Amino acid sequence: MSQESLLKVENLRVSFRINKKESVETVKGISFDIPRNSTVALVGESGSGKSVSSLAIMGLLPPDTSSIAKESKITFEGRSLLDLSLAERRQLCGKDISMIFQEPMTSLNPVFTVGFQIGEVLQLHMGMNAKQARARSIALLEEVGIPDPTNKIDAYPSQMSGGQQQRVMIAMAIACEPKLLIADEPTTALDVTIQKQIIDLIEALRVKHNMSVLFITHDLALVGEIADKVIVMRSGEIREAGDVKQIFQAPKDTYTQALLHCRPSLDSRPWRLPVIADFMSNIEKTGSIVIEHKERPRGLNGDEDIVLDVRGLGKSFYTREGFFGKKEFRAVEDVSFKLARGKTLGVVGESGSGKTTVGLTLMRLHQATAGQAIFEGKDILSMSNKDFMQYKRRIQIIFQNPYASLNPRFTVGQILMEPMQIHSIGANDSERAKMAYTLLEKVGLPAIAFHRYPHEFSGGQRQRIAIARCLTMKPEILICDESVSALDVSVQAQVLNLLQDLQEEFGLSYIFISHDLAVVKYIADQVMVMNKGKVVELANSDELYRNPTQAYTKTLLNAIPRGLHA
Amino acid sequence: MSTSISTNSMNSSNQTVSPGVSPGLWALAWRRLRADKIAMLAMSVVAAFLVVLVLSASGLIASDWEQEIAMSYAPPGFIGADAVKTEAIKAEAPPPENPLDPLADVLRELRKTPGNQQSPSVNEYGVPDPLATEMKEIYSELAKKGKAVVAERVPTLPFGADKWGHDIIKKTIKGAETSIVVGLVAAFLATLLGTLFGAISGYFGGRVDDLFNWFYSIFTSIPYLLLILSVAAVLQQKGVTTIILILAFTGWTGPFRLIRAEYMKHKNREYVWAADAIGASHFRKMFIHIFPNVSHVALVQVSILVVGFIKSEVILSFLGFGVPVGVVSWGSMLNEAQNELILGKWWQLVAATAAMAVLVTAFSLFTDALRDALDPKLK
Repeated sequence: MSQESLLKVENLRVSFRINKKESVETVKGISFDIPRNSTVALVGESGSGKSVSSLAIMGLLPPDTSSIAKESKITFEGRSLLDLSLAERRQLCGKDISMIFQEPMTSLNPVFTVGFQIGEVLQLHMGMNAKQARARSIALLEEVGIPDPTNKIDAYPSQMSGGQQQRVMIAMAIACEPKLLIADEPTTALDVTIQKQIIDLIEALRVKHNMSVLFITHDLALVGEIADKVIVMRSGEIREAGDVKQIFQAPKDTYTQALLHCRPSLDSRPWRLPVIADFMSNIEKTGSIVIEHKERPRGLNGDEDIVLDVRGLGKSFYTREGFFGKKEFRAVEDVSFKLARGKTLGVVGESGSGKTTVGLTLMRLHQATAGQAIFEGKDILSMSNKDFMQYKRRIQIIFQNPYASLNPRFTVGQILMEPMQIHSIGANDSERAKMAYTLLEKVGLPAIAFHRYPHEFSGGQRQRIAIARCLTMKPEILICDESVSALDVSVQAQVLNLLQDLQEEFGLSYIFISHDLAVVKYIADQVMVMNKGKVVELANSDELYRNPTQAYTKTLLNAIPRGLHA
Repeated sequence: MSTSISTNSMNSSNQTVSPGVSPGLWALAWRRLRADKIAMLAMSVVAAFLVVLVLSASGLIASDWEQEIAMSYAPPGFIGADAVKTEAIKAEAPPPENPLDPLADVLRELRKTPGNQQSPSVNEYGVPDPLATEMKEIYSELAKKGKAVVAERVPTLPFGADKWGHDIIKKTIKGAETSIVVGLVAAFLATLLGTLFGAISGYFGGRVDDLFNWFYSIFTSIPYLLLILSVAAVLQQKGVTTIILILAFTGWTGPFRLIRAEYMKHKNREYVWAADAIGASHFRKMFIHIFPNVSHVALVQVSILVVGFIKSEVILSFLGFGVPVGVVSWGSMLNEAQNELILGKWWQLVAATAAMAVLVTAFSLFTDALRDALDPKLK
């Protein structure tokens, strides 16, 4: 074994049992090694086997459903991990190898203080007593940048923000000064500004403690900022591994090239986003990369027809305080904008900025507490439920999570025909079914999908079903609430292209709500930046990204990972 | 994990779904259930009970259970009639006289007289029946009128007989009819009430929820048996319908809590919001969108309640609020059995208990498997 290699994975094969007879191989013989004092990034879309590989290294795979093939070898500092006994493995994991998980909110036990949870690691692995552990925990919290650590040590996880919780997780992970830190999508659940802080923290700690980091993510741009070496995985196989410069500047594998291109970037706005599948088949056919260089112009010039005029929209939530008291929480305050016909308004902001509440209030899924929304000369927020019924179908919403927004007990056909039945669109059911088939074709799904249930489709396909459901009512305004955020990069590009096509064909107006500034830049004509329920800035998208006038917008834009180019 | 892999590869490869008829969630649940051997065994046991129930209700079997075909307390066939003879012999030899017994004189009198009159009928206490001759006359007169109950009473039956000489097997089958019908119907009614209240309460929340919760709290604060007795007192009549109503009116609380919780959870799910966005009415959202997604909870509640109610019927019958005289149920059989057991006549008790235990165990196992099969999260 070479001197600088800390962890060596050879021919790792992991399979999962689906039922008594069959099993599926999710990791198909991958090999890589992690040198000392370096950051290796494992990149791939969902189902690529990147998380499974890291769990195999930690020994956290569920023993009753998964199995690692006999010929697989994982060597850590010359010791073969797979041959260790369970007790020895436990000794090693947590001390020499430790891990940070994606969701800090669920990885910390909510009923214990953070001090207790960090102290537990120290007492278990370092043999400290309670007093020493507490002193060390405070030092660790300070190191990961928690303000006022002497008090925060007695806080419960729920009393901290998401970013602070992730810092606590990192403090726990580095408590025993591990040699290898595995970070499994540590920033995916966090806002972009917090993400930047956490990435910087991990990098600083790595240098200080001479650790190696295995960084698992789906976000290539992020990789460019942190990694020394990059491994690109797809469907359980390594597609390409190499130096970060080489991967970004001269990617050899077609999949890596496709991944780099199909993500919307801040610098350009192609007419259509390249899609991985097209991209790869193109390369196979012609042997060269074909990228459309035609740029799509965006923005308003001021004389557009206004579909929806929102004035001073406000939404407050009340929590009870004491016996009679009420406490007001202003989720949205004095939001005004005009939505032009056939154009897209992007709404960006961090979690808690009120951007989703704006969408739900306009749909009357929340009752607005102030303001007006003028649609065809009438205020749709103040009319009665009965009067609103005829406007309801003309404003529709696509939710974030395509897994949750489709009723699992309905077939796709039922899902598509229900709104038509409710609004008496189409004369009878056979006519409605015909319309449903047309729409399925329009959103790029096979006709056979009509009789299937949502759980048989992938995330991207489900989002297409949700879009088709909205289209059945021929809406004029479509609110997309983080509609592509839960999707993989390649699928995201497909759905964005579909939305673009539909806008051109039907002249739809979009309110596109997202935390992803690059996606919003690509799709929106106008961008509205929100913070703590208020509008910070509203401008044409090119203008806003080029010359942000507000300090908050600048912070937000600076925090976007830009890959290697930055 | 495996599904995400397959869907991922599916969506990248031209988005085709394998052809064929798509299985619904119920079909998938059935497939999972079929893979579970214990569940299938339990289900066939339950099915067998239901078949017997149907046959008995339609009068094809056990319709003649009330005929007194055997001798009183005829023992099961596998013990044999011999046991009775030895018992009889034993009974004929009276226990030795207790000199301290104040009634010793009277007993001696009694034992002497029948010997003189050559009366054969000596009951199981070793004391001759003083009315034996009169009874004989009555029976012979009945026989003359052609109303003889049974000409010859058999000394033994496959699983014995009760005090009146009813066949225990037939009696158990007939008893099953009452018990299972009470269990099933009451469970369905209780779950229906609980689901309806729970759905309204959980879906609308606020004042409506408060109202139902107060009602629920008051209801559950009354001791269970007292509640049953008071409902029984209000209904004022004995019968299967009464028992069903008592159990249904007291049993809705469990399903209510569970269904309410499910509705509270589901009403904020995105698919319900999506239904709202397309303009679905409250009723539609409650029962067409949400209910199919929580129906597994209701179904499992039904099967749990069936088990509980079969047992409750036994308790009610035991307390005297059960089925009226002339209707047999497992509960009334157990009620009789407590007296018989002192005499060592165990077969009625064993028959009713075994039938109940087998059904309840099978039903519970089936319920467990059903819950696993229907839980969408376990997939």
